[in-house]
Amino acid sequence: MISRESGVFQTSYEGDMALYTLPLARNTTRVVVALLVLLPIPLMMANNEHLMSIVTTIALAAIGAIGLNILVGYTGQISIGQGAFMMVGGYTAAILSSRYGMPFWFGILAGGCTTALVGTLFGIPSLRIKGLYLAIATLAAQLIIEWVINHVPWISGGAQSSIYVDNPELFGFEFNTEFRRYYLVLVVFLLAFFGAQNLVRGRIGRAFIAIRDRDIAAEIIGVNLFRYKLLAFAISSFYAGVAGALWTYYLRIANYENFVLVVSIEYLAMIIIGGLGSVLGAVFGAIFIKLFPIALDLTVVSVSEGVFGIPYQDVANFLANMQLFLFGALIIFFLTVEPEGLARMWEHVKRYFRLWPYSY
Amino acid sequence: MTIECHLDIQGVSKHFGGVQAIGDVSLQVHRGEIVSVIGPNGAGKTTLLNMISGFYHPDSGSILLADRDISRHSPSRIATLGVARTFQNIALFRGMTVLDNLMLGRHVHMRTGALSAMLRFGPALREEVQHREVVEDVIEFLDIQPLRKQPAGALAYGLQKRVELGRALAAHPQVLLLDEPMGGMNIEEKEDMARFILDVNDEWGTTIVLIEHDMGVVMDISGRVVVLDLGQKIAEGTPDEVKEAPEVIKAYLGTQAAN
Repeated sequence: MISRESGVFQTSYEGDMALYTLPLARNTTRVVVALLVLLPIPLMMANNEHLMSIVTTIALAAIGAIGLNILVGYTGQISIGQGAFMMVGGYTAAILSSRYGMPFWFGILAGGCTTALVGTLFGIPSLRIKGLYLAIATLAAQLIIEWVINHVPWISGGAQSSIYVDNPELFGFEFNTEFRRYYLVLVVFLLAFFGAQNLVRGRIGRAFIAIRDRDIAAEIIGVNLFRYKLLAFAISSFYAGVAGALWTYYLRIANYENFVLVVSIEYLAMIIIGGLGSVLGAVFGAIFIKLFPIALDLTVVSVSEGVFGIPYQDVANFLANMQLFLFGALIIFFLTVEPEGLARMWEHVKRYFRLWPYSY
Repeated sequence: MTIECHLDIQGVSKHFGGVQAIGDVSLQVHRGEIVSVIGPNGAGKTTLLNMISGFYHPDSGSILLADRDISRHSPSRIATLGVARTFQNIALFRGMTVLDNLMLGRHVHMRTGALSAMLRFGPALREEVQHREVVEDVIEFLDIQPLRKQPAGALAYGLQKRVELGRALAAHPQVLLLDEPMGGMNIEEKEDMARFILDVNDEWGTTIVLIEHDMGVVMDISGRVVVLDLGQKIAEGTPDEVKEAPEVIKAYLGTQAAN
């Protein structure tokens, strides 16, 4: 039943280069995808929209995190502008749908493409500067984009900087419930996930990693640094734009407050905790960062009320600060103990079970 | 063999601040030839190689590759024209597997764009497989089959050098530049490496320019030897001619020995 490497022989290069070479891994992936597809059924029966919204939020965040990881984790170009890039996608989609009546799929694609253009533009400094200096340049991107969107009424749609959109609709099918919108996000997430997995193990992904590991050697084997660094920015911002557009359709409002600087840093935290240079790691990171505050809330509130008898109101203030504190502590923990994040921990688990229960 | 000039270096000079690394050096390399560049430390050998591969652009003079002036081209552009090289201090991608390192060697021959790579279906997949086959030939040639899926950084030094040669070979280069391919190797590894270099030259007719300090190897495998000292070319000829040249003995051993 459990088949691991033993007895599995690849007889073709296609087989050897497949995303999941082992039957076990392939089947696990199928099961996970099936579970994701079936997930709304029990939740619908329990009418638990809250839980559904948490899962949807995670999937949305994962799309943005995968994009950021392609740029930061794979290509080694630090960016603190992911939030702003999502903002561009979000407003593009909102403007197209609310003012020009474009369908949502067009809004998502256009959001992605517009953001890719903007991202490429802000990626140009990466050809000259690296590391911290590049981080500062992308920070400038965050602030500039935020400012422009807030101060150009045509984009922001007035003082509130909010644009409302209708429920997305496809062939008369309206995504008007939490559960229906989940499927919309899930489809895009799966495309984004497997697309990224394919990208990073092919020609372009190898070129990205080569640039990150040793840009001089990358150049000598014919990787055009100019083209590939910009391509990394373009792909990463495309993901950000798609994620931002989806946010807009999901919330039915585009608002810059969802994409401020703190959000950019949150996305960096996701890929650091999840694992730099790992698509699965970005997903782990998104799950962790989104679930962590919720789990913390639940435990602190129940412990303080149940054990110490402190009412919720007194804890709430303390909780907000506690969250920030623990966030910082966690990032330091991961940077020192497991710089390659949850993805690497998952590798350790897999390696342990590779030979289990006979360890020889 | 046709006596065609494959790599024509015409009076190149390079300064770094006040230091003249290379002063007016000319060198012709014929197609299918093995030329060694030797000289004491600081003679400008690596600078010369760096100019051919495009890291530095010469201050004056020009470099022609099959009659095309490449002295202002970027390194990646020169790579697409069929020049591959290895480095003195190994420049493998340490975290990547040996296989991925070699596949990167095929980069210039691959075309897949971002969108089709994401779908990895049809042409994109076919291309990966097709280039994998080329890489497998190189793996077999260098006898590194067991190392395919190992991270390059984890290999022994001699094997890393071999894999780096493999990455250069995977590109099927017209011109192969080797910067101390045998530096730090033991005698057995050196023999293997010398054999690989000769075989590459023999089987594919690759033009090879190499920098090496081991005189035994240099004398054995090169068709011609060029001696640099303090950025100047002081001698050129067959190994035997160069060995006898008084300027060379002087550069290596001092004036007294030359007399």
